[in-house]
Amino acid sequence: MIKKIKSFAAGLLVTFFAATSLFSAECIAPANPGGGWDFTCRTITKIMYDIGAYDSPIQVTNMAGGGGGLAYGHVVNERNTDDNLIVAASSATATRLAQNAYSGMTYDQVRFLGAIGADPGVIVVAADSPYKNLNDLLDAVIADPANHAFAGGSAAGGFDHLKVLMALGKKGFTDIAKVKYIGVDGDADAITQTVGGFTAAMTGDISGVVGFIKSGDVRVLASFTDERIPGFEDIPTAKEQGIDVVAVNWRGLYTPKGASDASYKKWTEALRKVGDSPEWKKAMEANGLAPFNKVGPNFQDYVVGVMAEVQALSKELGVMK
Amino acid sequence: MELIQNLALGFGIALTLTTLSLAIVGCILGTIIGALPGLGPSNGVAILIPLAFTLELDATQALVLMTSVYYGAMYGGRISSILLNIPGDEPAMMTTLDGYPMAKKGRAGDALVLSGVSSFVGAFLATIGLMLLAPILARVAFYFGPAEYFALYLLAFCTLGGIGSENQAKSAIAVCLGLGISMIGVDNSTGMTRFTGGNLHLYDGVDFLVAIVGLFAVTEIFVFIESRGKDSAIGVKLGKISIPFKDIIATRWTMLRATIVGFIAGVLPGAGASLGSFLAYMSEKSLAKEKKFFGTGDIRGVAAPEAGNNAAAGGALVPMLTLGVPGSGTTAVLLALLMTLNITPGPLLFNERPEVVWGLIATLLIANFVLLILNVPLVKIFTKILQVPASFLLPGVAMVSFVGIYSLSGSYFDLLLMIGFGVLGFTLRKLKIPAVPVILGILLGGHMEVSLRRAMVLSNGDWTYLFNSYISVGLWIAAFIGFVAPIFLRSYLKKPTPIG
Repeated sequence: MIKKIKSFAAGLLVTFFAATSLFSAECIAPANPGGGWDFTCRTITKIMYDIGAYDSPIQVTNMAGGGGGLAYGHVVNERNTDDNLIVAASSATATRLAQNAYSGMTYDQVRFLGAIGADPGVIVVAADSPYKNLNDLLDAVIADPANHAFAGGSAAGGFDHLKVLMALGKKGFTDIAKVKYIGVDGDADAITQTVGGFTAAMTGDISGVVGFIKSGDVRVLASFTDERIPGFEDIPTAKEQGIDVVAVNWRGLYTPKGASDASYKKWTEALRKVGDSPEWKKAMEANGLAPFNKVGPNFQDYVVGVMAEVQALSKELGVMK
Repeated sequence: MELIQNLALGFGIALTLTTLSLAIVGCILGTIIGALPGLGPSNGVAILIPLAFTLELDATQALVLMTSVYYGAMYGGRISSILLNIPGDEPAMMTTLDGYPMAKKGRAGDALVLSGVSSFVGAFLATIGLMLLAPILARVAFYFGPAEYFALYLLAFCTLGGIGSENQAKSAIAVCLGLGISMIGVDNSTGMTRFTGGNLHLYDGVDFLVAIVGLFAVTEIFVFIESRGKDSAIGVKLGKISIPFKDIIATRWTMLRATIVGFIAGVLPGAGASLGSFLAYMSEKSLAKEKKFFGTGDIRGVAAPEAGNNAAAGGALVPMLTLGVPGSGTTAVLLALLMTLNITPGPLLFNERPEVVWGLIATLLIANFVLLILNVPLVKIFTKILQVPASFLLPGVAMVSFVGIYSLSGSYFDLLLMIGFGVLGFTLRKLKIPAVPVILGILLGGHMEVSLRRAMVLSNGDWTYLFNSYISVGLWIAAFIGFVAPIFLRSYLKKPTPIG
């Protein structure tokens, strides 16, 4: 009998870990651990609890699938009235919704809560690259697109890819099918391909390249921001170089559509407190995030605006019908 | 001198009571997580991250706890491979090939001790390698472009012939099946979906853990039900438990070679522990003069994959710490943990945060001894599992499988898929087609395809790009030899034996 119990004890242990009920609220990171959404959930929920903006620790669940679509569907279909649920989102969420990549689900099926930081888009080359500024690189790509490939952390047609095409569009280059882009597994991987000389440049977010900037392995040609990024003042913006593209990867959250107004208010308050906290400022600094504070209903408006832009672009660029 | 100073700093951090006890707790938890099918190191570590926050651990302590769990899981995976023929996690898959037959011959205890020792050798030497070579080795990643990765995966598949089966054609069928399954999902280069039938759950492809638990654990349950318990693979003989010094000494070079192979595979981002243990096993098999015992309980077939996968686990920390590139699922989770703790991995981490890096290295060295002590004498307790009647054990395995898979994505779809793989595994077993190559196809097929397509994009479709560096040419030659040599060797070896 004791042996019987022993064999089941192992199973019970797993059940315990899987269904830990220490937590009253949940944050879903719609991807495997290690990415931006995971960072959003883990950092924001940790600070939320640490500074007392939320009164209990918040459990982080990873629900990878469909580029965030699986979690989106899960929230829309199964958790629509859950007051204690927040979900990590970013520009990629909006891009995919705009491109109709969540199998028919639309942006108005959830409520966007807010974003409290943004990862500025950057174009990076290896330190020994001949290109010294963004115009050099773009001119070279336009002159000979077949021999200048970009590496990025998102799939073809994703946000990293669109950034490059937007910049080239400003130079009047419209033959976008000729632009070579390879989607690899994240920013760091895109960097190794570029430093290794396999691609001409890397398109991504600054958080993924901070370590390589400090070590001197890479040179950042431009950031796609309105103003220079705090802490990285020597990186010129694309705007300064005459290429008017602003593309940031905001880090934010959404909640179920059917959750009560009281809970929406509670979460926006908590998120606002995190956004104002010194802990968050420190975390932003360490991860190369730039200030970007839009919480509450005006964030929803912003998202809708960005989506219209992406949709128009995607159609123009041919990545979407 | 600097190295000694750094180590002193590291041990100063590691040898505090809190850190040490965290390492021990991590090792024990990790071993359990590793041994349970369906709960591998990556989700094990992910599940425990909230624990680190709740306990308010500082950066080094959190990292110590998590990497101890990681190393523990790498040790623990072998236990269910050997005792139940169900790999506890994917890198332990190769250990089923000889570990389980060895257990069936009544040498379960020996197999556990031997694999424990080889795990120690692999992990310990890999930690030393991490310590001495990390900053230099990090540069290796810069030499591996799409063409080189493609050649590397090709090498793995070319050496597959005859694995787990006498019949090469059956292995080939199994590989093709795995490669086919690996194509399911959204194609990253075009954004098109393939073989998903419009089902959102399949957009990210089939999780190999679902496949592995289905093909091994669920299949085992089906076989048990079919034979009403008579024909089940479960129920190996215990054997007497002593330390098999003879076997350990006999496999000392095997362990060393496997460590080197595994470590290199681990250092390359994207290759990881599974490829490490696979290449370690295959290279050992190709070096052996007498091959026919492989697959039937050869001690080298037990020592090589375990040294290989544990060395790869250590190797995978190199690109994670120095480049921020996670080489495997588990290092991806560890990377997330680092970021959350405001540590940015990168080329300068060793200089900027020496207390984190050296504290970690010192702990890993200690954790290895803890694990050796934990694993060798505790073999007696592990083998107690064998005394549990299969009719009690298998429902437990079923429950753990379901809970483990459900915890991956929280989706019932994965459970259905797992049962589907169970049916497939059952069919394959009836047809005597090995399941291991299917898993390898799923694990590595996607990487291989993506590498090839990236290479084609970069070269504008020029095939000669695949041979344009010394590294890729070298790998192609090795792959060619790996594929052709057994064909000639076999006819050469067979000559003296008349048929019939």
